[in-house]
Amino acid sequence: MKHTLSVLVENEPGALSRITGLFSGRGFNIESLCVAPTLDQTMSHLTLVTSGDEYIIEQIIKQLNRLVDVCKVVDVSEGEFVEREMALIKVKAEDETRAEVLRMCDIFRCKVVDVSPRTYTIEVTGPESKLKAVMELLRPIGIKEITRTGTIAIQREKKTV
Amino acid sequence: MTKLPGKQMVVEALKREGVNVVFGFPGGAIIDVYDALEKDGGIKHVLVRHEQGAAHAADGFARATGKVGVCIATSGPGATNTVTGIATAYMDSIPMVVFTGQVPTSLIGNDAFQEVDIVGITRPCTKHNYLVKDVHKLPAILKEAFYIASSGRPGPVLIDLPKDIQNQVAEFDYPDKIKLRSYNPVVEPHTRQIERAFKLIERSKQPIIYAGGGVIIANAHKELRKLAESICAPVTMTLMGLGGFPGTHEQSLGMLGMHGTYCANMAMANTDLIIAVGARFDDRVTGKIEAFAPNASIIHIDIDPTSIQKNVKVDVPIVGDCRKALKKLVRTIEEDGRPQEVWREKFQPWWDQIRAWEARHPLTYKTEPGVIKPQYVIEKLYELTKGKAIITTEVGQNQMWTAQFYKFDEPRTLLTSGGLGTMGYGFPAAIGAQMAFPNKLVVDVAGDGSIQMCIQEMATAMEQKLPVKIIILNNQFLGMVRQWQELFYDRRYAATEFSVTPDFVKLAEAYGAKGFRATKPEEVEDTLKKGLATDCLTIMEFAIAREEGVFPMVPAGKATTEMLLV
Repeated sequence: MKHTLSVLVENEPGALSRITGLFSGRGFNIESLCVAPTLDQTMSHLTLVTSGDEYIIEQIIKQLNRLVDVCKVVDVSEGEFVEREMALIKVKAEDETRAEVLRMCDIFRCKVVDVSPRTYTIEVTGPESKLKAVMELLRPIGIKEITRTGTIAIQREKKTV
Repeated sequence: MTKLPGKQMVVEALKREGVNVVFGFPGGAIIDVYDALEKDGGIKHVLVRHEQGAAHAADGFARATGKVGVCIATSGPGATNTVTGIATAYMDSIPMVVFTGQVPTSLIGNDAFQEVDIVGITRPCTKHNYLVKDVHKLPAILKEAFYIASSGRPGPVLIDLPKDIQNQVAEFDYPDKIKLRSYNPVVEPHTRQIERAFKLIERSKQPIIYAGGGVIIANAHKELRKLAESICAPVTMTLMGLGGFPGTHEQSLGMLGMHGTYCANMAMANTDLIIAVGARFDDRVTGKIEAFAPNASIIHIDIDPTSIQKNVKVDVPIVGDCRKALKKLVRTIEEDGRPQEVWREKFQPWWDQIRAWEARHPLTYKTEPGVIKPQYVIEKLYELTKGKAIITTEVGQNQMWTAQFYKFDEPRTLLTSGGLGTMGYGFPAAIGAQMAFPNKLVVDVAGDGSIQMCIQEMATAMEQKLPVKIIILNNQFLGMVRQWQELFYDRRYAATEFSVTPDFVKLAEAYGAKGFRATKPEEVEDTLKKGLATDCLTIMEFAIAREEGVFPMVPAGKATTEMLLV
């Protein structure tokens, strides 16, 4: 089962490699990882998507907590939460497809962030399922390159990490 | 407040932490710290012959005393040489602070001479580590390092000191206490969980206490004994737990696991309640996990939440300091008020069964005329030292025979590399222990293979005038691997036979130490007596039965009830 973990970690050099090292060293799986400083600049918020049965997830959370640099770990996927991911997609835009790409952008509420005679670069934001749908539809037109941020997540309502 | 250069901050912090002996080996990138140590003169430095020896000696010092062990090495190869010692301490939860020199901050990342990313290398085998890039942060880092190393589940902490940082000056504001928002080990066990544990004990008919190294680390041996005696439960110990409960106590079943006693393994397989204290259900204990203790409920006391529910499902997890948890549990039992006889009677059928197992297959070995059996050497060592020595071991058969045939009654009297299984550990660890207790008898039980892995430290022991005793059980084989080859690889002895070994008696003499050798059983006692009576470093070599095995033995991956017996 997929789990989305929110991890608060000291904004120290090496803190991230302690976390990735833990996952590789103990054979846990990282599907995506996203890090940036929080309001408090001395701390970083890390969203980590992983998978495993309940025992593995329990171990992952405990092992993360054991790291001296880790302040808090919350499995946000245990409750209600919002998750978003962003992708930048460079898609072929020849004469015959330029209009079609724009229509697609419109339907999915994507933004065109860069234009060239032969390409559009599209910014798309949403849950992973939306990104997948956009990619599926753009693929026949010709995707030249994709970069994705990985998922970030936040708990719904009053709850905070 | 005073301004100090980084190198002097290190010395000052060592003094404030009560460190009076450090083990190390100098080099260009740490020369400044050495200069500060020399100028200060208040801390004893033991110069080893290889940095691995320094790390093991600091570890042995820590295990023998319970204090934080400290070692120092230079950058590059000096630092990498400590890695085996650090990993050894990490696996066995030993408090240690390791200082390494580093190239100047301006050169880091340039592949400078003797540069290595030791913080990167040791990340997975330290509890925490630091690369100091700002001398102003050094006082807090020093304090944190000692605090982290010794609190919670202890472990090694490494501080990498670039050469320029050692000479930069800053305010030395050494905090008395430290609080870290990201590190707060739970020490106080949850009362509700203790009550739940007691309910399980009450309901149990065939309980067993399974004690590990956590009992020794937490200094919980008295509380463990109280618990065991108040409910009349049998106690089995892991290798790391030996000494946590008296080996000569009538309720002790000895060690369990791969080379544990028949009785301990049978009891674990048939128990209905395991009370695990500071142990981690390691594969050498559980054997085939699916067949492990099939009918047992499990109470698991451990300070490290990751140890709980890692390998087996636990019914009552108790996170906290073993000593505090056992105290609470004993109090709950006392408040219940049932006298010991009631428990004794309740568990009598269980004890009858245990005694029957004990009688069926006690720990034993076959004697052969004219041949020295290693078990006999250990038995005699136990007799002659009356069980009062600090014993260190190397790794392999020598370690297992010691664990089986020397009865450890006191904690911190067996120093052995359990988790990592580091050959070469025992002798430097003995040096560390002897530095801590100059007047105690410290004996390293070694094989002819493992003693050669850190034998260079004989010079260290001589230099420090340490009367460490080394017992070499010489079978001219890497015995444990040979035993596996004999049993599971059709006796194909690939790379396990030594055709050349040094003359250990002459070797001892070459270092200025004493050496004795026994080749016949009737010489064993006399050799031990002579060797133990010296006042200097001494080797006692015993030419033992070449193909003697360690039994009982649970083959790797088999259920613990499938023991190969003598």
